[in-house]
Amino acid sequence: MAFRIVPDDTNINFFRAARVTFGASVVGMIVSIILFFTMGLNYGIDFTGGTSIRTEAEQPVDVGAYRDALAGLDLGDVVISEVFDPTFEEGQHVAQVRIQSQEGEGSVSSETMTAVATALQQVDPTLEFTAAESVSGKVSGELIRTAILSVLGAMGAILVYIWLRFEWQFSVGAVAALVHDVTLTIGIFALFQIKFDLAIIAALLTIVGYSINDTVVVFDRARENLRKYKTKPLIDVLNISANETLSRTVMTSGTTLVALIALLVLGGDVIRGFVFAITWGIVVGTYSSIYVAKNIVLMLGVKRDWDKPSKPTGGQFANVDA
Amino acid sequence: MLHIPLWRRLFVWAVCLAGLLLALPNAFYQRVERSNDAEAAIERGLTTQELEFEAGLWPSWLPDGLVNLGLDLRGGAHLLAEVQVQDVYATRMEALWPELRDTLAAERETVGFVTREDGPEGELRVRISEAAGAERALELARGLATPVTTLTGAGASDLSISMNGTLLTVQLSEAEKAASDDRTVRQALEIVRRRIDEVGTREPTIIRQGDDRILVQVPGVGSAQEVKDIIGTTAQLTFQPVISRTSDASASAPAGAEVLPSLDEDGIFYVLESAPVVTGEELVDAQPSFDQNGRPAVSFRFNPTGARAFGEYTGENVGALFAIVLDEEVVSAPQIQSAIPGGSGIITGSFTVEESTNLAVLLRAGALPAELTFLEERTIGPELGQDSIDAGKLAAIAGGVAVIVVMAVSYGLFGWFANLALVINMILLFGALSMLGATLTLPGIAGIVLTMGMAVDANVLVYERIREEMRTAKGPARAIQLGYERALSAIIDANITTLIIAAILFTLGSGPVRGFAITLGIGILTSVFTALFVTRVLVVMWFERKRPKTLRI
Repeated sequence: MAFRIVPDDTNINFFRAARVTFGASVVGMIVSIILFFTMGLNYGIDFTGGTSIRTEAEQPVDVGAYRDALAGLDLGDVVISEVFDPTFEEGQHVAQVRIQSQEGEGSVSSETMTAVATALQQVDPTLEFTAAESVSGKVSGELIRTAILSVLGAMGAILVYIWLRFEWQFSVGAVAALVHDVTLTIGIFALFQIKFDLAIIAALLTIVGYSINDTVVVFDRARENLRKYKTKPLIDVLNISANETLSRTVMTSGTTLVALIALLVLGGDVIRGFVFAITWGIVVGTYSSIYVAKNIVLMLGVKRDWDKPSKPTGGQFANVDA
Repeated sequence: MLHIPLWRRLFVWAVCLAGLLLALPNAFYQRVERSNDAEAAIERGLTTQELEFEAGLWPSWLPDGLVNLGLDLRGGAHLLAEVQVQDVYATRMEALWPELRDTLAAERETVGFVTREDGPEGELRVRISEAAGAERALELARGLATPVTTLTGAGASDLSISMNGTLLTVQLSEAEKAASDDRTVRQALEIVRRRIDEVGTREPTIIRQGDDRILVQVPGVGSAQEVKDIIGTTAQLTFQPVISRTSDASASAPAGAEVLPSLDEDGIFYVLESAPVVTGEELVDAQPSFDQNGRPAVSFRFNPTGARAFGEYTGENVGALFAIVLDEEVVSAPQIQSAIPGGSGIITGSFTVEESTNLAVLLRAGALPAELTFLEERTIGPELGQDSIDAGKLAAIAGGVAVIVVMAVSYGLFGWFANLALVINMILLFGALSMLGATLTLPGIAGIVLTMGMAVDANVLVYERIREEMRTAKGPARAIQLGYERALSAIIDANITTLIIAAILFTLGSGPVRGFAITLGIGILTSVFTALFVTRVLVVMWFERKRPKTLRI
């Protein structure tokens, strides 16, 4: 007999603890916003401009010596951090050097780059520069704009799509869940000061996509059940729907998380922040589709005169055989 | 009830087979890459035994498309340059000043003395001494303007001229500025492309981005600085007298002469006088055109000094060969048909229309028309790229195995159907990426791993539904059918929303992020296909053979 992660006939009342869970979500969001404004995000050079150099050496990284070597170059704000990763080999010591945007609008000049390289190689002759990225302040401003636009655009597009396929209450519920997920993700990035760059925006959008996926599955069932149980109160219908789809929700989140955790551990440090954002987003996304989206729908109520045949309420797709 | 027509089954398997064939080259990446490179070389006309052998490494009847590796995986340089289009405005005004001065000076009685005053860059300010001649001066200046030659700016004048008292102000009109910007960026793009092509690295990407930007991606170079050095050198265009034509590369050049290779004709060299008659700096325009016999040609125009030198030289050397040299290579060496006094001429040769257009572009594009400033520079070392590939591969395999175990434990035999579909899904994904020539980036690998996790989602939806239907429906066949039918709307809605996200990421993202959008988007399509079609065929085939009374799902 196949193993069941979730028993067949669950009957959990997801709204019993609605005050607690919804309250927790609201508190979480407020804390995230406070963190965002107090601690701020650790923006990568994509958004601040500047230069980031990745160094690799055979000898252990001596952050102090690196800093001293660069101190004489008058580069302004320089951040040096050692990078650790389980995938590194023995004798592979990686550091990340970040230099603030220099005078003028262009990216860092080649003279600066050469000066930095020479200074660091005096500290450790085995030092190699495996990657160097430089973004001017002009472009970084545009990148921020594009990033905000794409997150808002994605949410807008989903709002419209769900509205077309379902009722507007569902659409608001779904987008509230998305705002919740994105806010909490930004909050945790502020809390742990993980580098926030363009790739994280892609991760945020993926979270939006995944979370909506989860929410839509529950909504789809709720729509079906609203037709099936015409007289049951909305709260019961939503609860039945959540219980019926629970094992799928857990199963899909489970397989996705399993795959992502493999990537988180083994995928190397270059994409760790990106994978972490998605992993975290899937956890909060699953939570929000169970506890946030439906709560909003319940608060707004749903018009239930489904019998009027003229009303295009976004029915089932036509049956398609394989 | 569960019947699936034969043609539909065949179609499903045919798609899977096609996917397998398209994905196959990626399993032998280096081998296929070497074979493709060799085939490309043979196509260019090079043929050696070694190349033939290399080309034979991969059978020609098999698909040979590969998934391109992005810069973050292969290593290389990425540069975003902004063309300083306004540089051209100032140059144009400088060139206009002598002409304007001469025109006004010719009517000194009406306009009086003409003096130039300082003004902002790109603006020409001229003061005349006779206030009464203001109107005439304005009229004369307007006479120098020509209509703008673009679709949008048709009919507009290229100069914006105003008269304030005795001060005449001339600058480029808005329409001309727009047209000029576009030309400048095109020229810069053409030059950058030509210079990088000359270095001969594999598959550089050189595209225009936005109004005034050029994106350059060169795989395999050690640093962005190298690329900047290549782009930064100015092209040298000269017109030099030809002494002789030879196929001997080691031909000795007499004093004051040099031996240069031909650009188009392999193995042909020209012995030229080193001192140029005219240089490209004195060229003001070059356009593709046709000669009197209707053959494609290139017409060009020099500035006054260039025109004088050119006129004198051609007058004295009718019948001689005259070389047009670009970056130490002879573009063409036409014969001087007659003296060319007016400072404009025409280059004929055995051109096609396309060649004459390119030559015109090159002549105009001798030097970069405006300065490039670099807004973004990224270098990724090849070792870091290889590390990322290795880490990504390992993570993908580990993630895949973990998903397979979870599915097998949860759904037993049906789990294995889904697992087989997952493998087919990955094959189809790689097949599609290869067919489209899409670029795989590091976030793209993350997209694949995410797809693996989410790919089973559609199957999970169906299986969970079948479990539910088993409790109410009459018999397993009905349950399977209802399971697929009723899960459909959830699957479609859930995946369309994700597809919307992928589309937004693709439109707004760049580079690595775009790579992620591609794998995510294609992954959704292939996973819906495998879940709705492939596993369904598998389940039905199994069901037809076993006819079970209950389903263990």
